[in-house]
Amino acid sequence: MTHDLLVWFAKSYGLFYLIGMSVAVLAYVLWPANKKTFDDAAGSVLHEEDKPWR
Amino acid sequence: MIAQLTSSERQTALLLCAATMALGLVMLIAGLDNPFGIHGALVMACAFAVMLVVIAGYFAPEPSPTRLRQYYDDPSKVGVVLAMAWVVFGLFVGDWVAWLLVYPDLTFDAGWASFGRIRPVHTTSVIFGFGGNALIATSFYVVQRTCSARLADQVSPWFVLLGYNLFCLVAITGYMMGVTQSKEYAEPEWYADIWLVIVWVTYFVLYMRTLARRREPHIYVANWYYLAFILVVAVLHIVNGLAVPVSFGEARSYSAFSGVQDAMVQWWYGHNAVAFFLTSGFLGMLYYFLPKRAGRPIFSYRLSIISFWGITFFYMWAGSHHLHYTALPQWVQTLGMTFSLMLLVPSWASAGNALATLNGAWNKVRDDATLRFMMVAAVYYGITTFEGSFMAIRPVNSLSHYTDWTIGHVHAGALGWVAMISFGSIYAMVPWLWRSQAMYSARLVEVHFWLAVAGTIIYVMAMWNSGVVQGLMWRTYNESNTLAFSFLDSMVAMRPYYIARAVGGLLFLIGAAVGSYNIWKTLQMAAQSRYRTQADQPEAELDGAAAALPGE
Repeated sequence: MTHDLLVWFAKSYGLFYLIGMSVAVLAYVLWPANKKTFDDAAGSVLHEEDKPWR
Repeated sequence: MIAQLTSSERQTALLLCAATMALGLVMLIAGLDNPFGIHGALVMACAFAVMLVVIAGYFAPEPSPTRLRQYYDDPSKVGVVLAMAWVVFGLFVGDWVAWLLVYPDLTFDAGWASFGRIRPVHTTSVIFGFGGNALIATSFYVVQRTCSARLADQVSPWFVLLGYNLFCLVAITGYMMGVTQSKEYAEPEWYADIWLVIVWVTYFVLYMRTLARRREPHIYVANWYYLAFILVVAVLHIVNGLAVPVSFGEARSYSAFSGVQDAMVQWWYGHNAVAFFLTSGFLGMLYYFLPKRAGRPIFSYRLSIISFWGITFFYMWAGSHHLHYTALPQWVQTLGMTFSLMLLVPSWASAGNALATLNGAWNKVRDDATLRFMMVAAVYYGITTFEGSFMAIRPVNSLSHYTDWTIGHVHAGALGWVAMISFGSIYAMVPWLWRSQAMYSARLVEVHFWLAVAGTIIYVMAMWNSGVVQGLMWRTYNESNTLAFSFLDSMVAMRPYYIARAVGGLLFLIGAAVGSYNIWKTLQMAAQSRYRTQADQPEAELDGAAAALPGE
């Protein structure tokens, strides 16, 4: 692999896969159906039990 | 502690100790004529000491099956004690190094006490000794509570904790003998590196197995941060540690990389060590202990996920900002600078999320020094990440690089963010772990808080001043276009700042010592009250009573 090839790859695909991952994360975070999961998770640390379930 | 292990687990523990001793013996024989052999003896001695502890408890009765209905906190307890021991030791050495710059004679003419050797002793003791033990102790605590699951087994947590401390011990004793790879935050030589890989993979497997036992499908965000810390540190450590030993009986080795590639791999490692060792894991602490202590859920859970992925995506590319104006290709430098600037977004999202969580609980922040530790940590996290992004800009870096400004930046992060969030989490966790009502003295927590804040401010201000003065003196030209100041001139100009820095560090050290005393007294208090309960109640009732105590 030459330096130029690596630079070309980093500047093209590197850009797109990072944008792709960001879009995926934002979709996951803002997906309306996930809201309940997140709210439950945020509250879960406050009323956790003092014993493991297993 | 040994009484909690079943007899087969006690046997496994003995076998592990014996295997480690055998390893130490091989090292001792192979490296009789160099520090490698001395480290073999050290490994043998440590394994033997642990073996004695196991033997002393070997014939204790089998543990009651009711233990499986509780969380396994013994490793966390030992981890907290070790963390506090390391922080007092590491800060003491750090302050010694600081005074050494004011009074160069403080090496007492001993080779092992020279600046180049005790400075890494300081950094390793505080970052890996203190930070690492605090991370291991809290991660075991948090993963169990947030998954409602007991740790997956009872031997591997001990292997992780004690094996990790053996690594730290081998590291710092090595520096004092002149054993070093000369890579920042990755100084330990090849055999210590291999040992750490074994320990770290065990840690990762244990964490995954415990997560797999959880009840809820969703994994609480603190665990994401802890897991990123464990996983990425393994990757970084393995790649940057690739080296060829001079021989298998020698402490020295040669890096697998050379020239600018070596520098790039080192700073890819170095900056991600800051990201994933000194940030990600401690954000895990923040996202658990801060909501818990404040009694409020995190302000925005969604934002915490966005910051998580932001930090993991962006940090990977930021390391090259350590190599501005070097032989590294310009575009790689620019890439590092750009990603460093982008990092401000997820970093401030986390800091803002923490402060917004406290919005509405300011009365608690006012009254509770433990929560205040966490708040100040979030503020320093915000300040330091802003400063870091700023310093990564190439022209700014031309002023700041190689000066004390960098030292000031690192300590704003290490003292203001990492140590503050650790102390806050430890003060919250100690009474929960030892089932005591509160810390022995709330007033001493207050004393520690103010000493820590004052020490950090004095330290950071001194280094900002000295760094900028240094940077300006090194680039001031006279009429004939030559440098106006010699390097020695800038050294002399630093002296007052170095005195101030050492005083700031001393305050921080005293604070940590006060904290250790307070924790020690809390343990004594808890032991006494446990003794009284045991005297009062029959065994069966005790199990029930212990389980009924609330987590907070």
